[in-house]
Amino acid sequence: MILTTLEGVPSKTIVEHYGLVQGSTIRAKHIGKDIMAGFKNIVGGELKGYTELLHESRQEAVDRMVQQATDLEANAVVNIRFATSSVAQGAAELFAYGTAVKVE
Amino acid sequence: MDVLLQILIFLVLLTLGYLMGSYFEKRHYKSIRQREQQTRHIPLVTFGAKQHLPETDDAQLFVGSVVISIDYFKRISAALRNLVGGRITVYESLLDRGRREAMLRMKEQGIAWGATQILNVRLETATIGGRSGNNNGLGSIEVIAYGTGVRS
Repeated sequence: MILTTLEGVPSKTIVEHYGLVQGSTIRAKHIGKDIMAGFKNIVGGELKGYTELLHESRQEAVDRMVQQATDLEANAVVNIRFATSSVAQGAAELFAYGTAVKVE
Repeated sequence: MDVLLQILIFLVLLTLGYLMGSYFEKRHYKSIRQREQQTRHIPLVTFGAKQHLPETDDAQLFVGSVVISIDYFKRISAALRNLVGGRITVYESLLDRGRREAMLRMKEQGIAWGATQILNVRLETATIGGRSGNNNGLGSIEVIAYGTGVRS
């Protein structure tokens, strides 16, 4: 599966379009990590626990999108975009979408 | 006595936030500048979607992300700034650090893979509310940078 943010895949031509595919996941934060983050909120800086958490979640969103594309028998997803929104206190939705295509 | 203790805690947090916060920020900026120097040879471009596709063999998606938080001193100083309005400079450095760090992470992944260029880079910022329960304005932010790395 080739993933790009471009409107196609370099050196390949799109032979078929399968339309929009998307994947999303909602994650709540981990209590232990939240306590660490509370401390970090005083001194500032990177919240490594959250970076990892969101990274994993985003990976899952991408995996779901790829799964949809695979079901459609596509071999690439082009023009991928990401979005994040906080839906509830302490929970975030991570969303990935793109266009499934077949390239040759 | 209770009031005195509260004021004391507040002052300790403020000093701790100021000292540690500015130390971490300086250190972070130093590392950002250093890594930006090291990765200068790979151009990041925000165009690429509407252009002719480059003649390369391989393309892959790269994502760099970071969650970054503001320190206690800056939070208080921004809250005071909110009363009178105007530019909140203390938040500017937070967002700047976040964006540059996210872009660097994406770039470093691209370089490890052998990218010669990263096309159609997009940046996204999201606020991850304050700590559970007390959502006092901008607590921490997540910045992601993503783009397509190409190599020939």
